[in-house]
Amino acid sequence: MAHDSGGRSFDLKAMLRDERFWKIAFQVITLIVVIALLSFFLGNLNRNLLQQGRAFSFNFLRNPAGFSIGESLIRYRPNDPYWRALMVGLGNTITLVAGGIALTTLLGTVAGIASFSKNWLVHKLSRLYVGLVRNIPLLLQLFFWYFAIYGTLPRPVDQISVLGIAFLNNRGVYIPWAGSAVLALLGIAATIGAAIAALYLWQWRTKIRIETGVGGKAQSIALAVLGVVWLGIVVLGMNWTIPSGLEAGGVTGGLRLSREYVAALTALVFYTSAFVAEIVRAGIQSVSKGQWEAARSLGLHAGIVMRLVVFPQALRVIIPPMNSEYMNLTKNTSLAFAIAFPEMYSIATTTYNQTGRPVEVFVVLMATYLILCLLITLVMNQLNRTVQFKER
Amino acid sequence: MRKWGLLAAALGLTLAACGGGTTTAGGDGSTTAGGGGGGSRLDVVKSRGQLICGVDGGIPGFSFVDESGTYSGLDVDVCKAVAAAVLGDAEAVEYRRLDSTERFTALTGGEVDMLSRNTTWTISRDTSVGLEFAPTTFFDGQGMLVRADSGITSLEDFAGQAVCVETGTTTELNLTDQMRQLNVDFEPVVFQDADAAYAAYDEGRCEGMTSDKSQLIARRSTLPNPDEHTLLEVTMSKEPLGPVTTNNDSAWYDVVKWVTYGLIQAEEFGISSDNITTFEGTDNPDIARFLGQEGTLGTDMGLPNDFMAQVITQVGNYGEVFDRNLGADSQFALERGQNALWTEGGLMYAPPFR
Repeated sequence: MAHDSGGRSFDLKAMLRDERFWKIAFQVITLIVVIALLSFFLGNLNRNLLQQGRAFSFNFLRNPAGFSIGESLIRYRPNDPYWRALMVGLGNTITLVAGGIALTTLLGTVAGIASFSKNWLVHKLSRLYVGLVRNIPLLLQLFFWYFAIYGTLPRPVDQISVLGIAFLNNRGVYIPWAGSAVLALLGIAATIGAAIAALYLWQWRTKIRIETGVGGKAQSIALAVLGVVWLGIVVLGMNWTIPSGLEAGGVTGGLRLSREYVAALTALVFYTSAFVAEIVRAGIQSVSKGQWEAARSLGLHAGIVMRLVVFPQALRVIIPPMNSEYMNLTKNTSLAFAIAFPEMYSIATTTYNQTGRPVEVFVVLMATYLILCLLITLVMNQLNRTVQFKER
Repeated sequence: MRKWGLLAAALGLTLAACGGGTTTAGGDGSTTAGGGGGGSRLDVVKSRGQLICGVDGGIPGFSFVDESGTYSGLDVDVCKAVAAAVLGDAEAVEYRRLDSTERFTALTGGEVDMLSRNTTWTISRDTSVGLEFAPTTFFDGQGMLVRADSGITSLEDFAGQAVCVETGTTTELNLTDQMRQLNVDFEPVVFQDADAAYAAYDEGRCEGMTSDKSQLIARRSTLPNPDEHTLLEVTMSKEPLGPVTTNNDSAWYDVVKWVTYGLIQAEEFGISSDNITTFEGTDNPDIARFLGQEGTLGTDMGLPNDFMAQVITQVGNYGEVFDRNLGADSQFALERGQNALWTEGGLMYAPPFR
């Protein structure tokens, strides 16, 4: 035994020539390098912090923040602790992400499909939009929307009224909204629930009709009932408040979207949609021409071909890169701090400035954005699974 | 295949060697790094032959870059004074423009040797943020700029109105405190960049713009119609502004501190850049010590013994610096007020040079 192993170790040359040895050796070396680098950087950080007399600790999060925040989803007062201030920032970031993803999907898809339009103007407009917006840095676009577009809105004294139910001035946009936050959440939940239920009912109906050739009437009635119930909840149950302009300028009632939020949302949506449009275009182009021709030869309308034949197939190509775009949008919301929107990054910079704890605050920041992005990926991966080919 | 394997092996071994080297460096690095870190910033500045000074760069009168890239202002002159004292050359300064959120990390991270950048001396910055404050070079108070035709005359009028403010500043906290005390529900619009904040105020996003009074006066001069804006008759806080260094480097801190005091002391002695030559061989022992003709005040600190003579010749005394940048000789024509010498009813006071 001893002789055996001795003989092996003696044959060093053979071992060095062995591919299997190197495969393992590489893993080990990589691990050592990574650990060495990490320990070097962490040790360096620790030493420097100690030299300045500041140990790494998150205790400061419990101290009162002392600064005020312009807008907030949750209740926040200046003497609340830092962690609560950071939660306000997170909430604001999430409103931006949620609004951004919804509108980007809509606008991006429309712009992407429009690039296939036979209408010369629509086609050119789509190409112009994508070409222009994709090539200008987002930060510039944020300033453009904030100062050049929303900044030129009139002061509250001579604000613009849209049909008397919405108002625009240089403080923000005022729109009709549910009477309370709970009702608003209920309304949003009802809308999402109804949409999902309607989708399932529709698929069920189609399945029955394909398999049996008759029926589906019950599902149609269910769909109609669902629609009526949803409309009832949204129209009657929300206790809508309509903004009304004041004599002296300013608005009461309704929901106020601050100019910072609206400008950030507009810039992010326009910017990200340009990329989404390209993804949608690439997805549609990836569907072979034969699919178009076959569908058209059945006598189907161009719009129906797009909706029933081409687009569902294009989704397989579209969804994975869409995941990246949604994550980009999420991370890009941090730029909104430049135009004074109090999102996560903005609150975090204020926090580390007041506490002098950049390392800890940045750890919190990184973890937050990581979790947000992972959540988006999780949802998108689920969605991706549903549109892939199902081979039996 | 074998050739590639060998190449990869060599590469891997090199990497492993580097990695190993790094660990040892990290392991006993406390000695080497400690040797470098234990030494003072003063030695670093001397061996570099240049002072790296963190300034704002956007506030006329304090630190401002003109079209030709030249820096001027009170804060800039403090940088120059330190450079003149340490290196004998007031121009041996590299300026770094820092905004209010990055200034402390730049300082504690060692990117700049000192800050001379409208930084308010507060206890939490002195203790928990890990800074060391040199004497105040400008006593200020927080004010509020409003449009003259806005009808706003007091802080109470800000109920439901917006106030533009720069983040990372003490003004952000003071404003909140004041409004909380008065129970006024206002809307803060917080910008990271001072330029964006003033731009937003100017085009009417906010009713008021708050900052240190001196800064508001300086910035008002750069607005399109300066006459349309007035300062409210309120002072929300005391804002002692001065140079800053990091904790745990007393040798370097002493230099910055005593050069700053020296500027004030020079004015008290009546020594200016114009008349300094007349003090050569003076009979006054205080002044002789101050100018390095007697004693070892400078060399004790690790500086040339005539460091204050260099400072006064090249930069001037505090009064000259003030007048040139903010006072009678400048476009702002600020009163000395609290910034006069203690002998004239102000707050500027230097401990004895002895």
